[in-house]
Amino acid sequence: MLDDFLWRAALAGLGVGIAAAPLGCFVVWRRMAYFGDATAHAAILGVALALLWNLSIFAGVMGVALLMAFCVSTLSGRGYAMDTLLGVVAHSALAIGLVAVSFVSGVRIDLHAYLFGDILAVGKIDLAVIWTGAVLVISLMLWRWQALLTATLNEELAYASHINPRREQLVLTVALAIVVAVALKVVGALLIAALLIIPAATARPFSRTPEQMALIAAMIAMAATTGGLRAAYMFDTPTGPTIVSLAAVLFVLAMLVTQSWRFLCQHLSIRGKPASTRRDQ
Amino acid sequence: MFSRLSTKGIPEYCTSLTGNALLRTDQLTVQFGQQPVLENINLSLKPGRIVTLIGPNGSGKSTLVKALIGAIKPTAGHIVRSRDLKIGYVPQRLHLDPTLPMTVHRFINLPKRHASRDIAEALEQAGAEHLLNAAMNHLSGGQLQRVLLARALLSRPSLLLLDEATQGLDHRGVAEFYQRIEQIRQRSQCAVLMVSHDLHVVMRTADHVICLNRHVCCEGQPEKVAASPQYHALFGDQAASTLAFYRHQHANPQDKEILRHAG
Repeated sequence: MLDDFLWRAALAGLGVGIAAAPLGCFVVWRRMAYFGDATAHAAILGVALALLWNLSIFAGVMGVALLMAFCVSTLSGRGYAMDTLLGVVAHSALAIGLVAVSFVSGVRIDLHAYLFGDILAVGKIDLAVIWTGAVLVISLMLWRWQALLTATLNEELAYASHINPRREQLVLTVALAIVVAVALKVVGALLIAALLIIPAATARPFSRTPEQMALIAAMIAMAATTGGLRAAYMFDTPTGPTIVSLAAVLFVLAMLVTQSWRFLCQHLSIRGKPASTRRDQ
Repeated sequence: MFSRLSTKGIPEYCTSLTGNALLRTDQLTVQFGQQPVLENINLSLKPGRIVTLIGPNGSGKSTLVKALIGAIKPTAGHIVRSRDLKIGYVPQRLHLDPTLPMTVHRFINLPKRHASRDIAEALEQAGAEHLLNAAMNHLSGGQLQRVLLARALLSRPSLLLLDEATQGLDHRGVAEFYQRIEQIRQRSQCAVLMVSHDLHVVMRTADHVICLNRHVCCEGQPEKVAASPQYHALFGDQAASTLAFYRHQHANPQDKEILRHAG
């Protein structure tokens, strides 16, 4: 089964989707969307450094993503706003990464593959790396779940319950770095943030609790990756962008369904109680 | 699973050192950069007593509360916590991001899950029993306050910390809220520290009032504080005299405590 590249691709997509969904929920709840973006952009610098120093791509990306996260969280609150810092770090990391790549002589790299991913080229070792990362991220989230939620709700409530919100932020940052490093090969740097955010945003109107939202987001992410893979194969389109496009289609569908449901409810409830309205007139 | 980090850097003494106080501060000083926010605060919170913190905007009330829960590290001085200390904290407000789906039931099970019997009891004590399955972002201001109170009660606190918990409530809501606090105090004999702007109601419910303006201006029994010149200087004569008049009608005959001037 693992000898078939389509199966490997599907399993890789599922792994990334499952890990990205609950993390993406926190990215949405904490308004960290740009943080995911920045980490993903910085990943290109990681790729360049890994090639320069002959490291594994995974290690390079992890290192740079973590470094960026530490820089941003220590610098924030010292005269610069978070989004300004992220903008500076993200774009300069991407630019420096592209410059650094040009210094790598003798090695021809397909930069396109790192920007948009190449899920069809996933090998058995990649698959092992992806699933190890996914299991790691999910265990981290399960372990810290209650504390993470409390810290996300309100920092003071967290402190009063002996939870340090800064440490929970660090947990999320590390998890984010792992997901970016793992997902780079599958969807690519430019689309990782999309895979984090779109399933979570799609799940929001259908959920009443954080857990429901994370589960529904995971299911949407799995549907988008497997469906997108199939569509890319059928229509011969680039896989990473196709997966994200399918997720976007699901988001629009979900929005249409909830909006029309709301419209219907309003309409019906007005019709449903004519007696009271008539009495008012 | 839940950390011990928030008390890091603050010496934790045993109960004998705190006397019968649950929590005591010793020359507590907080600075933001070079800016002093709190200077040499000494206070002690004892079981069954309601202490109220009043003071103008920017006087450091919220900073003091944040230092007590461990969210801000003191620049100098100590916070001495008794072993029996368990803080139930009701924040000033709770901003809920609309992207975060949260029911009341889920919220009060954070960060620890509780048995449904305890939950029902806490909700009833806080007057929020009908809200168990409501969505958090559909609650009104008063309902949210009651849910926050229920959540604080669930941890069976020995100290209830309320940071301007009545903000945004109307007069009746405020009165009801304080009545509820009074009942909870009588029932559980917990210590209560309230930060408040509602001077009128403060005077009726507090055992001890601390008037804060970066340092402790004056403290003591409510009517003594209301009569003190420091208090008048801080809140203006008009506000203070309305208060004195109001308090006069509800005066407590067993006033014995001596007013302390620290200013």
